[in-house]
Amino acid sequence: MNSLSQPAKWEKYVWPGMLSVLFLLTWHYTVRWTQSTIFPSPLDVQKGMAELVHKGLLWNDIADSLKRVGAGFGLAALLGIPAGLALGWYPAASQVVNPVIQLMRPISPIAWIPLSILFFGVGDEAAVFLIFLGAFFPIVVSSMNGVRNVPSMYRRAGRNFGLSPGALLAKVVFPAALPQIIVGLRIALGIAWLVVVAAEMIAVDSGLGYLVIDSRNSGKRYDLVIAAMIMIGVIGLGLDMIFRRLEKVKSVRWGFRHDN
Amino acid sequence: MSSTATAVTQGLKTKLRAQGITMVFKRDGKETPVLENVNLEVGEGEFLCLLGPSGCGKSTMLNTIAGFLKPTSGVVTIDGEAVRGPDPRRIFVFQERGVFPWLTVEGNIGFGLFKLSKEEREQRIAYYIKLVGLQGFEKAYPQELSGGMKQRLEVARALAVNPDMLFLDEPFGALDSITRLIMRGELLRIWEKERKTIIFVTHDIEEAVQLADRVVVMSARPARIQGIVPIDIAHPRDISSPRYLELRDGIFEQIGLAHKV
Repeated sequence: MNSLSQPAKWEKYVWPGMLSVLFLLTWHYTVRWTQSTIFPSPLDVQKGMAELVHKGLLWNDIADSLKRVGAGFGLAALLGIPAGLALGWYPAASQVVNPVIQLMRPISPIAWIPLSILFFGVGDEAAVFLIFLGAFFPIVVSSMNGVRNVPSMYRRAGRNFGLSPGALLAKVVFPAALPQIIVGLRIALGIAWLVVVAAEMIAVDSGLGYLVIDSRNSGKRYDLVIAAMIMIGVIGLGLDMIFRRLEKVKSVRWGFRHDN
Repeated sequence: MSSTATAVTQGLKTKLRAQGITMVFKRDGKETPVLENVNLEVGEGEFLCLLGPSGCGKSTMLNTIAGFLKPTSGVVTIDGEAVRGPDPRRIFVFQERGVFPWLTVEGNIGFGLFKLSKEEREQRIAYYIKLVGLQGFEKAYPQELSGGMKQRLEVARALAVNPDMLFLDEPFGALDSITRLIMRGELLRIWEKERKTIIFVTHDIEEAVQLADRVVVMSARPARIQGIVPIDIAHPRDISSPRYLELRDGIFEQIGLAHKV
């Protein structure tokens, strides 16, 4: 077998499965051999997860985290896509705004925590604001670049058929930029999911991030810490898969490279 | 210096007149003359080929005629009216890359028909799908089509708005040689049916002689009209007939190519 050959179907499941089992066994026996009293074994984590589910805590925390991400990410998309389209459409405007965007972009949303608490107090708004900040810039930048990269041929064809500038934007420029906008949304949602966990550790008292920090603070329940971490991973993966589905929709599929 | 092509094919009414078209591109303070005093007349329903070496400025000429570029000096008039910009009465056909990949075959053909009622639009779409032989692919996306099919789709999209002129910029350049031959036949069939005025840009001498009523031979940059060759052979053209070979070789000579490899 070399890097060019297609793995057989059974290999797609068997190798990752074996690796997972190996990982869990290593984890389990490392905890055993080191006789750690604090660090949980996989079985402890599984019991912790069952406990969370049983108490009904987990679903509330998941729902709260998702609500915050929904609000922050939704707001970022609602404002970021039109802003990016406008900046791509009017190069003069982007020349003015771009330096500010480029300066703001590398500032981690986490660095905004003090200011967000100053602005909004401790509570949901502060968390949503942080998520918004993390998601907004990738959406703006990808929408702007999406518009800029629309081949001039498409614009010319649109003008040739007598479209007004507004119709040109709606019927040619937006659909032509859509694949790149979707890429930006996908990146932004990933960031939003990272930020919500951090924000919940500081600004609020619910959600998966709060569950992680609270489990540690109230009784060093590392089994619950890891159970919450696993949930964060699983949900993050699920959110990403929604977007991967979206990339396969036929009217945008042309903009992505696909293996088949 | 002036280069003139005033003699329209006999018996045709003048559709387009380009007078003294000069184009100078400015970039980084450097001036590049691309077109030099080009004069051209095209008759109504005529099939005209602009032929010249790659990068000579024939594409610039076509973009100027279509209203996408403003000449540095000179005027293009169509039906006696000065061209001020692109117009749905005259559709520009790019290489097949001009079709919209986010729309289906139907969506592409119906793109320019937003002013029609739904019923009329559907009728037109169906008619042109049939005309270019894309039945069965109505719901397909361009990604799922071959190069030749995409090219037919773009021609259908252009024809659907019922323009009086078509501008084709090396439309078959990206196709393989067999598909290209088939597409030439298709284009002639459609032209004979719809009788649009066609200006067709190509660097392929054989293609020009196979298609055109007149071949306008352009010089290297800055492009001037070097000569105009009327192709007085009826369609379908026998491409091994003595007259065809004579006309073709004449153009080879005009361009300054020894007819040997």
